[in-house]
Amino acid sequence: MKPRNTLFTLARRVLAVSLVALIFAVNGGVAFAAEEAAVAPAGETAIAPVGQPAPVLTEESYPLLGGGSSRVKVWIVAQLHLFFAAFVLGVPIFVLVIEGIGMATGDKRYDAMAKEFIKISMVAFSFTATLGGILLFLLAMLYPDFTVYSLKIFRPILIAYALLFFGESLCLYIYYYGWEAMSSGFGKWVHLTVGLLLNAAGMTLMVLSNSWATFMMAPSGVTPDGAFLGDVWAVMHGPLWNPINLHRFIANIAYGGSIVGAYAAYKFLTAKAPEEKAHYDWMGYTANFIAVVGLLPLPFAGYWLTKELYAYSQQMGITLMGGIFAWLFIIQALLIGAIFLGANYYLWLGLVRVPGGEAYRKAIGWMATVLLVCFLVWFTPHTIIMTSSEIKALGGAHHPVLGALGVMSAKNTAVNIMILTTFLAFLLYQRAGKIPKVGWARGGNAALAALFAAGAANIVTLGIYGYYIPANIRIGLSVPQVFTTLFVIAAASLINGVMYRGASETGPTRWGDMPARSQYALFLLAVSFTWLMGLMGYVRSGIRQHWHVYTVFRDYSPDAFTPTLGYAANVVSVTVLIFMAMVIFIFWLDNFSRKKAAHK
Amino acid sequence: MKTLAQILAFSLMVVGGYSWFSNSIPQLRAEPPSEESVSLEGMTMESFVALGQTIFEGKGTCPLCHNAVGHRAPLLVEAGSDGPPVAARAPSRLADGRYHGTASKPEEYLRESMVSPSAFVVEGFGKPGTGDSVSPMPDVSAGSIKLSPVEIDAVIAYMQSAAGVDITVPLPTEAVETAESAPADEGAVKDMGALAEKYECKLCHIVPGVDMAGEAPDMGPDLNGLKRYAKGAPDKLPLREYLRLSIVEPNRHVAQGFEPDTMPPDFADRMRVSELDLAVESLARAAEGGK
Repeated sequence: MKPRNTLFTLARRVLAVSLVALIFAVNGGVAFAAEEAAVAPAGETAIAPVGQPAPVLTEESYPLLGGGSSRVKVWIVAQLHLFFAAFVLGVPIFVLVIEGIGMATGDKRYDAMAKEFIKISMVAFSFTATLGGILLFLLAMLYPDFTVYSLKIFRPILIAYALLFFGESLCLYIYYYGWEAMSSGFGKWVHLTVGLLLNAAGMTLMVLSNSWATFMMAPSGVTPDGAFLGDVWAVMHGPLWNPINLHRFIANIAYGGSIVGAYAAYKFLTAKAPEEKAHYDWMGYTANFIAVVGLLPLPFAGYWLTKELYAYSQQMGITLMGGIFAWLFIIQALLIGAIFLGANYYLWLGLVRVPGGEAYRKAIGWMATVLLVCFLVWFTPHTIIMTSSEIKALGGAHHPVLGALGVMSAKNTAVNIMILTTFLAFLLYQRAGKIPKVGWARGGNAALAALFAAGAANIVTLGIYGYYIPANIRIGLSVPQVFTTLFVIAAASLINGVMYRGASETGPTRWGDMPARSQYALFLLAVSFTWLMGLMGYVRSGIRQHWHVYTVFRDYSPDAFTPTLGYAANVVSVTVLIFMAMVIFIFWLDNFSRKKAAHK
Repeated sequence: MKTLAQILAFSLMVVGGYSWFSNSIPQLRAEPPSEESVSLEGMTMESFVALGQTIFEGKGTCPLCHNAVGHRAPLLVEAGSDGPPVAARAPSRLADGRYHGTASKPEEYLRESMVSPSAFVVEGFGKPGTGDSVSPMPDVSAGSIKLSPVEIDAVIAYMQSAAGVDITVPLPTEAVETAESAPADEGAVKDMGALAEKYECKLCHIVPGVDMAGEAPDMGPDLNGLKRYAKGAPDKLPLREYLRLSIVEPNRHVAQGFEPDTMPPDFADRMRVSELDLAVESLARAAEGGK
């Protein structure tokens, strides 16, 4: 048998795949407008296919590159690419908002902070592009048949993708380097428009690349054996596309917030001058606020995604939530628990910098207790793996009491209460050091207390009711629970906002007056967010199990197995450490350049 | 540099903690379905029904949705609020005004339900928003399940047997290659000792013919007494049938003095057909005195 991994063979395959990609990209771009409409999910062949069925491969179809698993190589590079991509897509969203706030209020601090945020993402943007290139190279080299198959289907959007990428780069450079030149008058409007275009290009790139991932999970627009039906829109517009688009859009904001929070924490810890510390403390607070604002609706986007996933394939849904991946959600609970506790801890510590914040410090114990109890409920598994003697002692695989906390009724209740508690912590922070001037303040406070109590009671009652109805109906209860949470947040924000309009302050906020451990809470958020993204990236991809494209293109590589959670966690950890090292390098680079500039 | 080192150490600690926790919880690796041919030589209707049950609970993944807990799909092999087992209620489905398939006999209805599930959707089990006109069930002959015609027949035989109606599917007469079989774990083991090790039977049972390393676990029945347990069971099944069902459906026969819900219920998912056959044959022979 010929050696499969000779450099010559590899080079030839890479060249062939690259040429095919180029030809398809060019031809596909021209043909884009001429594509015929044909919407047919996999399994419902409405028209004759124009493509070939997905190939049936053998282990020999997968070239090797050095030692180690091909999947792990692609996994690490793809995940690093996604970390940076999420960051560079998330940051411009809130930078645009902050710049807009700065323009509206005339407060130059916002403008300066927005510029500093975008500056951090400049190097990250280069890393994103480089890692994307390496990923394409690895896919072409290690999974040539899959790459060719995908390119044949997605060829019409490849040219659009390339053009958008250049468009995004152009907007980013004009946006950053033109900041000072377009800082006032009409120029500022032009600058904001460039920022908007930057976001539009970034978002379009994201939804285009999301369609590749969702096609692999829930294919549409192809026959049951994978032959392309000719309509790329039908392929892109699969059942999971929009849920993933929304989920990633929100997650990118939260993630971008957490990473710039880590940047601010790093700068705070290395700052010497008090005014510098004050600036980065304020930046850290803002970043934490952005991260939590992004985090709060994320579980709801997750519900939608899971609901659509169940609707697409109950088998896939049950494998996800009750099968081999069920325990992954216990790890997820640990991570989200850490994120909630970290964000709240940071807020509680922040009360020390607000004169008059002491009044609310006695609430911290209560909020911490609620968060901890909810975290423990969320953390409780439904089934427990035990030794035979433990099963005998317990009387079954489910704990007689705690087993009841492992079902979604309890978990949904817990996460909604955690969200409300975190929102309450924000509300208290906003009120700290302020005295309302309205005459109905006492009544307003009573209304707020009643609102929170009624909301919590409704969420808990719905959770308990869930134990008395069938599972398929029970899942629907998450919707009124979510709406209760959203209603309380909206109504409480409104009441509190009106009540504290024109309120007098007991003193200026002492920015910079924060203990060092508060900054480590920001690092905890950044690391946990990153790790969580890696974990959820694994399950999103892993749910396909032994399929490159679920049900239509089988994976025959030696890596077609679904790895254990421990194995996946180790890969995620390595990836996160590489990413954190790269991010800290970017932070250090910023300090280094400033030192050089100061020296000159 | 000190701050950088502290931040890196902190990040390492957090990441290490998450990794440690992830490695401390139950670990399960899922292999892709292996390709295996099922020899139908000497197949009896009894073993065909048993094969059907193994496919039903394993490769077919039917109980994922058709179970009494989730209420995601009608019950098939047991009676419940949905009525008698599906093979018994097939004639009434065919007579139902909402039925729009092409079957004329119960057996054809069962086959059609598996490959074209929207021909009749039980009230309350359709896709949301379709008014129970579209079933969420996949075609089991395609996609990720991909049962062969013989496997579908075996499942029909099992459903008919479970419902207590006449088994009308014919026995396959020649060896048929199945496309894929139940998920395996690093390939099927070939002897009882390795099998008892792999599936941890020795943790709870004394397994005849297997080195117990001086241990005499009493969590589950001593498998030397299988003949006695089978005779004592109310359904009086033949020994091999009793054994097969006890493995894939542990709560069906709970020996006197032992608790239900103790034995893992997922062997049908985890064992390959050949491994189940090996276990049944090996234990049955030991119980019959080694003949």
